[in-house]
Amino acid sequence: MLPEDAAAAIGRAASTSFSDYIAAQNPAALPSARNAGNHAVSGADLAPHATTIVSLTYAGGVLMAGDRRATMGNIIASRHIEKVFPADMFSVLGIAGSAGIALDITRLFQVELEHYEKIEGTRMSLDGKANRLAAMIRANLPLALQGLAVVPLFAGFDTTSRIGRLFSYDVTGGRYEEQEHHSVGSGSVFARGALKKLWKPNLGEDDAVKVAVEALYDAADDDSATGGPDVVRQLWPVVYTVNGAGARRIPERSLADAAGEIIASRSVSGREA
Amino acid sequence: MTQQFYVSPEQLMKDRADFARKGIARGRSVVVLSCREGIALVAENPSPSLHKLGEIYDRIAFAAVGKYNEFESLRQAGVRYADVRGYSYDREDVTARGLASVYAQSLGAVFTAESKPFEVELAVAEVGASIAQDHIYRLTFDGSIADETGFIVMGGQADAVVNALKGRWSAEQDFGDAIRAAVDSLRYDGGTTSEPKAHLGSKTLEVAVLDRDPLSARGNVRAFRRVGAREVDIMLDADRASL
Repeated sequence: MLPEDAAAAIGRAASTSFSDYIAAQNPAALPSARNAGNHAVSGADLAPHATTIVSLTYAGGVLMAGDRRATMGNIIASRHIEKVFPADMFSVLGIAGSAGIALDITRLFQVELEHYEKIEGTRMSLDGKANRLAAMIRANLPLALQGLAVVPLFAGFDTTSRIGRLFSYDVTGGRYEEQEHHSVGSGSVFARGALKKLWKPNLGEDDAVKVAVEALYDAADDDSATGGPDVVRQLWPVVYTVNGAGARRIPERSLADAAGEIIASRSVSGREA
Repeated sequence: MTQQFYVSPEQLMKDRADFARKGIARGRSVVVLSCREGIALVAENPSPSLHKLGEIYDRIAFAAVGKYNEFESLRQAGVRYADVRGYSYDREDVTARGLASVYAQSLGAVFTAESKPFEVELAVAEVGASIAQDHIYRLTFDGSIADETGFIVMGGQADAVVNALKGRWSAEQDFGDAIRAAVDSLRYDGGTTSEPKAHLGSKTLEVAVLDRDPLSARGNVRAFRRVGAREVDIMLDADRASL
């Protein structure tokens, strides 16, 4: 027996999205399934909040770095949190905003890209990935209006045009391609100021790492919710680079060196800023 | 009112099984074999894009023979099963045993209830930390499931290929040796009575591997890797140079 309209299956096959599939099968598993109800209070101070992410392009790729602090009101909720993740082989994702929801969206996004790759036998285009992330942020809008916003930063290597590109988002799921560099989160204004002075076209990878660490240092200097390099606990920002060879996490050692250099140079000059 | 002729259940099942077997035997063989470096999957497949081998999850691969539309829909369903399970539990909670058992249920249900059984035979392979922890499950059209060790051959004249592979395969081989053994054995796909075919080249082969330790080898938890035509050529040439 043929189904009523066998051709209808072709239309349904257009989306091989994991999140669409899970929305149909088990919508409660989606990050946007949280229902905060109709309360007048804001949820902003109830859950940990992730802070500053910076991203910048360099010769042959793009880099993303995040500090290690999560805050809950005036409390430091975590000194160890990691907020920059590889999304797939050629893209990375950094998150600012409500940490629990952001981590769920990250996990869903990672599975989404891997799922597409396995079903289709080919990787999603960079623009396709940026659009899928936009859809996930859009689904979170009701919670964002109750103070549980997630604002990611997305960067990847475009394997077609062979350049690093970066995208920012707003809470409505608006997607904006950024040039040169960008930052999000509570310390982003200070980080942006630092990036404007430190970023140069065609930075080498090592210099790009230093610029990112210094921008986060400046953000931590003026924003209480952003953590600076922690020499006591040996905690450094999480930094990923993406280039033609794929995404790579910069080892702790290089970050300790970069942070040490910045602290030393600022101590020597002995000035206020 | 028309009355159907009585057909005994034995006859009905036998007819269905014969039908499915005929469909499967028409295809070319696929070999899945464990070795020291991991699990190698080798298929005779002239198409570079219509795959018979596929990735299911971190350490799990899929291989199939038979009708493309049928095993492709089973493969996609397997990927969905694994991804949903890994997303709702954890990545390490996705196992080949779980997947093979849902495949077996689905194949068995179709065999008895639908108007036509699936004309496919599947293998679900999971690479372990050592060769003793490798799992290769073979699933046939009627929902039978078998846990095999070493290697399996499906489709075509599988018996002739199995006989050829018995003398060529050993657990200590690296990927190069295992793939060469599989490719050599696939020449006997035509059956024991006919002459072995000419050596297969990379153009008619589809090769993939599950690395035993992908994290230290490639910095990735996903063990599945397609072996490109150039790499296959290099592997097969090494064989000819040593002859």
